[in-house]
Amino acid sequence: MTCVRNWGLAGVLALAGISAQAQGDIVVGLQLEPPHLDPTSAAAGAIDQVVYANVFEGLTRFDPDGSVGPGLAESWDISEDGLVYSFHLRSGVRFHDGTELDAKDVRFTLDRARDDTSQNAQKALFAGIETVKVIDPLTVQVTLKAPDGSFLFNMAWGDAVIVAPESIGEIKHKPVGTGAFMFDDWVQGDRIELVKYAGYWGEPARLDHVTFKFISDPTAAFAAVMAEDVDAFPGFPAPENLPQFEADPRFQVLVGSTEGETILSINNKLAPLDDVRVRRAITHAIDRKSVIDGAMFGLGTPIGTHFAPHHPDYVDLTSQSAYAPELARQLLTEAGYADGFTITLKLPPPSYARRGGEIIAAQLRSVGIETEVTNLEWAQWLEQVFRGHDFGLTIISHTEPFDIDIYARPEYYFQYDSAAFQALMAALKAEADPEKRSDLLVQAQKMIADDYVNAYLFQLAIPTVANARLRGLWRDAPTQATDLTAVYWDK
Amino acid sequence: MRRNLILGTGLSAMFAGAALLSFFWVPFDIGALDIANKIKPPSGAHWLGTDHFGRDILSMIMVGGRTSIAVALVAVGIGMGLGVPLGLAAAVQRGGWLDEGIMRANDLIFAFPSLLIAIMITAVFGASAVNAIIAIGIFNIPVFARLTRGAALGLWTRDFVLAARVAGKGAVRISCEHILPNLVNLLIVQGTIQFSLGILAEAGLSYVGLGAQPPVPSWGRMLADSQTMISFAPHMALSPGLAILLTVLGLNLMGDGLRDLLDPRLQRGQR
Repeated sequence: MTCVRNWGLAGVLALAGISAQAQGDIVVGLQLEPPHLDPTSAAAGAIDQVVYANVFEGLTRFDPDGSVGPGLAESWDISEDGLVYSFHLRSGVRFHDGTELDAKDVRFTLDRARDDTSQNAQKALFAGIETVKVIDPLTVQVTLKAPDGSFLFNMAWGDAVIVAPESIGEIKHKPVGTGAFMFDDWVQGDRIELVKYAGYWGEPARLDHVTFKFISDPTAAFAAVMAEDVDAFPGFPAPENLPQFEADPRFQVLVGSTEGETILSINNKLAPLDDVRVRRAITHAIDRKSVIDGAMFGLGTPIGTHFAPHHPDYVDLTSQSAYAPELARQLLTEAGYADGFTITLKLPPPSYARRGGEIIAAQLRSVGIETEVTNLEWAQWLEQVFRGHDFGLTIISHTEPFDIDIYARPEYYFQYDSAAFQALMAALKAEADPEKRSDLLVQAQKMIADDYVNAYLFQLAIPTVANARLRGLWRDAPTQATDLTAVYWDK
Repeated sequence: MRRNLILGTGLSAMFAGAALLSFFWVPFDIGALDIANKIKPPSGAHWLGTDHFGRDILSMIMVGGRTSIAVALVAVGIGMGLGVPLGLAAAVQRGGWLDEGIMRANDLIFAFPSLLIAIMITAVFGASAVNAIIAIGIFNIPVFARLTRGAALGLWTRDFVLAARVAGKGAVRISCEHILPNLVNLLIVQGTIQFSLGILAEAGLSYVGLGAQPPVPSWGRMLADSQTMISFAPHMALSPGLAILLTVLGLNLMGDGLRDLLDPRLQRGQR
């Protein structure tokens, strides 16, 4: 009997040991597993979700409120004409493999990203760079071809993080950066583990060990959070479950804004969608409130153009494409489609697309537009819709920050080709004066709304469900990231 | 002994009747979404409540039954239409090359679980109700071929077949005129069982998103849609779940009852 009791006691002690140790550990649930871990050579946001700010850092960085602050560059000087940026790097910054960060690494990173053979998904960020010069080990001088008001913003992206030539070969599976966490292990299909980097230059991380666990199924995600198997789940995939977490004292629910303009993308080159009256009819057939309530259970802000509502230059143009089914029918009649037409609607996996698609299909049907709905996996969606342009309509959230310039790319998948808009974007790029820039941005928002390029639905909200004792998590998602450097457990 | 038959036929008829009725009348239009009215528990207006788009679940079950029944019916038709002739052909010469060829091909199909075949087909040709029908139909072929062959082999040794052969009838004629009529009872019973399995398979395929695509309602997809809401809206999952359960139970009971009724040996035993 005593023996049994002792064993029991030992068990209790062991458990206590685990829970005390657990205060430095965190398990973070994520829906999507990254294809590899090099943020500078793929468009997948899932990569940045794991490594941005945790493992890799850029010259500048996004702060939790979306503003751009100093990163590896402590400060910078900009020449009078706005062409030459001199970045002063922090001293004593070491990569996880022990090598020191110097200006050569920065030059290597920028040259690699803008090279002709570069795999970088956002080459446009670097297109304006003329030369990169090493002045001394801690100073690097970047000369631009033309003044670019958004250069510091560009350098904060996950696609512009600083990498070292010594470790670039294995970066996809063994990323080596300068961040507060080091890559430790990746069990494919299950989890990625990071550990605290003792040699970090800045404020050390308060967590010792981070596990990113990949749970794609919303039901499984719900069960994992409820069972406290994961401590935090940014971008929780089932908004319908949030009230339950809110009512449970074990959890906190943070609902933040994202840069995700969720839109019904229209193939502008495909008849009959190449007729602006038809596109306008589609926008008037959609009741945004029903879509937000039905697909997102109320999470999301209606938008009337491709711009984030929390941006200071945003103009609310929702009334221009307000729900008006009668007007939609009338426009279709004018365009010669009084009896309607049939069009494909291809939907990627997230619930905003799948559920939103069912709602929009019903709304379009009521004005006479029949849709052939196809559900696609991400790989198929990228293949058929994004690269193949083989679609009529699709629903997608554009999560890149400040990405209205995609409308200036005629080969971009919705194929909006407007010389006026392209000129506007060129003018914006060259303009450094904040007031004139904001004026141009307003014009741009109005232009794409007037041309009814796409049907703008809502700004995606990001719900994060976390243990009630966790502090320091980002509420908003100004970029795709799960920055854990400031996260800690409250006593 | 007739209790099973009556209960089974009653349940099956109820769901078949509801599905037929939905062609002419449903309590609410399921094409019109009513988001403001979503996830309402059962009430006087909505007997089974509403789903996450505010659609009436009773109407969804009625129309969804159409999908299930149509898919299962055509799939069983494919299975019978191809399986029975194959089985008859195989039975003509036991152990002959035709027999071996057909039966080994059957084994090959049998070796894969039906759902796997369905996933393979839908992966190649895309997800739709038609592909679900083909997938379920293909897995029905060996069932009927094997059953037919087994029963036909026994019949080929019987005296009346010998008499027909002596009379100079060919194998095809004997198969059609003498073997097949003696298999009808067996096929009806097996058809009923396969029909219930077909409904189950359709629900399974739609549940994983490989069956009927929205907006066509399907019991399996209704289950999948209600999955994350089961903790606060159990009625959304219960209704399609019960519909599948009761239909399959009804068809199985009906199949059992029919066998009792139609099998001559059992009848003799009772007398």
